[in-house]
Amino acid sequence: MTVEPRLADQNAAVALPEPFVRWFGEKGWSPRAHQIELLARAQAGQSVLLIAPTGAGKTLAGFLPSLTELAVRPKRKPGQAHRGIHTLYISPLKALAVDIERNLGKPVEEIGLPISIETRTGDTPSHKRQRQKLVPPDILLTTPEQLALLIAAPDARRFFEELRYVVLDELHSLVTSKRGHLLALGLARLRNYVPDLQTIGLSATVAEPDELRRWLVSQNPPKGLAAPDMAGLITVAGGAKPDISILDSRERVPWSGHSARYAIPEIYEAIKKHRTTILFVNTRSQAEMLFQELWRANEDSLPIALHHGSLDVGQRRRVEKAMGENALRAIVATSTLDLGIDWGDVDLVVHVGAPKGASRLAQRIGRANHRMDEPSKAILIPANRFEVLECRAALDANYLGAQDTPPLINGALDVLSQHVLGVACGAPFDADLLFEEIRGAAPYAALERDTFDRVIDFVATGGYALQNYERYARIRKTKDGLWRVSNPRVAQQYRLNVGTIVEMPELNVRYVRQGRGMAGRGGPVLGKIEEYFAETLRPGDNFLFAGKVLRFEGIRESECVVSNGAGANIIVPSYAGGKFPLSTYLADQVRGMLADPDRWQALPEQVADWLRIQKDKSVLPKRGDLLVETFPRGNRHYMVAYPFEGRLAHQTLGMLLTRRLERANARPLGFVATDYSLAVWALDDMAALFKARKPSLAALFDEDMLGDDLEAWLNDSWMLKRTFRNCAVIAGLIEKRFPGQEKSGRQVTVSADLIYDVLRSHEPDHILLQATRTDASSGLLDVSRLADMLSRVRGRIMHKHLDQISPLAVPIMLEIGKESVNGGANETLLMEAADLVEEAMGPGRGQGQQGLT
Amino acid sequence: MNFSLTRTSLIAEADLIGIAGERAVCDPRGVLYFPELKLLAVSDLHLEKGSSFARRGALIPPYDTGATLLRLQAVISDYQPSIVISLGDSFHDGGGAERMHASFRERLEALMAGRQWFWVAGNHDPEAPADLPGETVRELAIGALVFRHEPSKVRVEGEIAGHLHPCARIVQRGRSVRRRCFAGDGGRMIMPAFGAYTGSLNVLDRAYAGLFRLETLMAYMLGAERIFAISHPMLRPG
Repeated sequence: MTVEPRLADQNAAVALPEPFVRWFGEKGWSPRAHQIELLARAQAGQSVLLIAPTGAGKTLAGFLPSLTELAVRPKRKPGQAHRGIHTLYISPLKALAVDIERNLGKPVEEIGLPISIETRTGDTPSHKRQRQKLVPPDILLTTPEQLALLIAAPDARRFFEELRYVVLDELHSLVTSKRGHLLALGLARLRNYVPDLQTIGLSATVAEPDELRRWLVSQNPPKGLAAPDMAGLITVAGGAKPDISILDSRERVPWSGHSARYAIPEIYEAIKKHRTTILFVNTRSQAEMLFQELWRANEDSLPIALHHGSLDVGQRRRVEKAMGENALRAIVATSTLDLGIDWGDVDLVVHVGAPKGASRLAQRIGRANHRMDEPSKAILIPANRFEVLECRAALDANYLGAQDTPPLINGALDVLSQHVLGVACGAPFDADLLFEEIRGAAPYAALERDTFDRVIDFVATGGYALQNYERYARIRKTKDGLWRVSNPRVAQQYRLNVGTIVEMPELNVRYVRQGRGMAGRGGPVLGKIEEYFAETLRPGDNFLFAGKVLRFEGIRESECVVSNGAGANIIVPSYAGGKFPLSTYLADQVRGMLADPDRWQALPEQVADWLRIQKDKSVLPKRGDLLVETFPRGNRHYMVAYPFEGRLAHQTLGMLLTRRLERANARPLGFVATDYSLAVWALDDMAALFKARKPSLAALFDEDMLGDDLEAWLNDSWMLKRTFRNCAVIAGLIEKRFPGQEKSGRQVTVSADLIYDVLRSHEPDHILLQATRTDASSGLLDVSRLADMLSRVRGRIMHKHLDQISPLAVPIMLEIGKESVNGGANETLLMEAADLVEEAMGPGRGQGQQGLT
Repeated sequence: MNFSLTRTSLIAEADLIGIAGERAVCDPRGVLYFPELKLLAVSDLHLEKGSSFARRGALIPPYDTGATLLRLQAVISDYQPSIVISLGDSFHDGGGAERMHASFRERLEALMAGRQWFWVAGNHDPEAPADLPGETVRELAIGALVFRHEPSKVRVEGEIAGHLHPCARIVQRGRSVRRRCFAGDGGRMIMPAFGAYTGSLNVLDRAYAGLFRLETLMAYMLGAERIFAISHPMLRPG
């Protein structure tokens, strides 16, 4: 059902116990209709999904069933055993759990309820965890990883046996990741302890609510238990329509780039006109750059702060606190602020760069005016011309209420392996029963028995065809038919490695006073930086971090030592994560807009003009078509395609096309990919090849490239190695790296890359390699999206040969040289270095004879 | 100098480097070959490292021994050496030779047949490997050369050692490349680790302090097809 966000009438409030009614009255509030509705359904025994915009009182709604039940529960008599947990609340962020403790504590105290509420996160001290085990709180607020740990403890069943509700906050963001898989498996285990457990999912608007509704209940309930295969649904219609505009800049919108530097004066004006502004960007490097530029423009010294995931926790907490106290005028932030933490009187959201997805935009805009009935105000700042199109498309989509959350994927096998070991750490298990239990978890509903058995085999002995490790098994099947952990050390190892978030190796950024060099000690830690970035720096290099220009002094153990920097040549760290590809839905919108000149009126004049000239000089593709342009330039030949399928899919396509062009003797030299298009350049005239059908363009773009070509390329790809490392850590094959055991450990530990090479050549069908390929195709390679595109454009490829570059091709041509493709070029780099040596030292010194007398 | 190269197709004059007056090829597969002596040196095979980890609960694939032996087979069949020196840490631990799968043992013994084979004792495998032919030695002097597992603290001309698993790193055009390497200053040489699961330690790490004359130190980085000789000033730590 859909509930209007109006206030409920008195009759609906009947389900509320008296103290609650009085509390609402004292506050001058009435319970909202969806809050009452959710309470009524929960009291009737149903699990429920509540979809509501920010500010609709979701949290209180989610906890009302628990609070009302706990309010009337008889008190524990002295001498009676302590009760187990009554309600488990799980959120994707530690900070959110802490925030909820505060927000929920208030009504509980004011109503005078005898309810204990506690958090349990990675930050909770061990004595408190111990105490929680002995004297569990009524409501425990925690994260998916902590749930996994609780399940792996021997006393899990007792701890959870009185559990009534599980409240899952921000469910839409949890379900799309491996963390979601781990959580789904945890829920299945909880249902084993408590078959009539009820779940309450809280979510922002999603494209497919039914997927979440299935996720909330068992997909394989025990025989004889009549249970619906979907949770109930309560949808609260969106609040006031947001007031969103695209910056129609006085300045020239650049062809390419992501900095939006051109708009800084206009952004600064907007900040001055509002109370508090949040500026969202897509990557941490953009955040650093924007922050720097804003301070350069900040003539009035307005308090402007920076917030992103690499900054030191203390620093982030200070910014959040200042925000809550309304002491800031602006804050530059990345996705760490996306989720529903509630603070501050934000009256403007500025989104710098294209939002990449309509849902993400809606979520971020929801941060302004955190009250449902007031319109949020937002300005989009496209960083380049394609982003203008994308912003426009996103804006239309938001008004239409369109959603493009990513589709749910099947449960990952590495996560399943981790869970199976966790279950064994908790209690011996029967494989048949565990299989049935796991099929109850929505992501694993279609799991096949054979695959499950291979997972058990993997957990036990590694699952290798060469059965060498029987005597080292981690779990063993004993005479009673149950699988048990073979020794306590296994459980210890499991606890250290639990979780699905595998970080890139990082170094602390330690500040020392200038001039001290590496000798300086004791300065503050500014945050963390990826190891591979730090390794490309030379002492004396200046880079931008935590909003400061820093001078790189050197690497000391696991720390990157820096001092105050200055100068013109400043490097901005590029972070591996955090680049969202353009969503499928939005890509389609952009293509639609390109094809329809009537819609260009909504675009800034300079952008519309750009498209008109393109139409004039080349052609604009129809919505479903793929435009491929070829043209000569300098002494090279270029091919530019415009699939609009996102950077990842384009990168994969670029790799595969280059391979094929190489085979066709077109002598390709390289390619570059953006979210919108990709360009390949070669020594030979590709247009002539297409004309002579050697190969034809249709054959070049044939779907069969996803067969052997993909396989051959994949095997050597660094992306597959990185993916394998993550899978191997999650599956418990190799251990997580902890700070401090870096570097010097290099000769002792076995690197994932080496294991990958050996396993691939000796057992290519191993279950972990299977998991790796599945991950890579949906993740870094985006193969499924590429496949959809190739099949869509079959017979619809439009080739346009030109004498010179087209207007639409300019943005990607400007990217050439900015971003090199990470491929097999490493040998070339070595050769260059060796040649430099030879050049400087004279022949013979480079390659031989040295020391020969 | 009077010598003939047995496999001229493999060895070009320019590929030879000098170590204390002897001439050797640094093969990009990570072995050192002295054509005049028909001697092949290989270091840090770390056979059975996989099963050694498995004993302690990390069930990494048990194929490392097979992979290492295959690669060793390839270089031995190319050079057909009369003498092979395995420079220590041939097995990852003392029980390694016993744990080795029968098929791998057979393969190893076939490689050893008809050659003089020396197991230099290493810190991981101080004792002779169980039930395997070959002579176990603490160190071995041949002509001007001394072969031992751990490099001596004081400079010894002509010392060939392993143990440290050297690798080198360069940064070129903003990108970093790290490879295993031979490290030599013309007087001594430290060999890269050969085993499939062996990691590596940068030659600029403090573990190497005092071992080399830095002004002549070269890292011979292993490429796919060839060696890349990089001099000390171009190397980066980490």
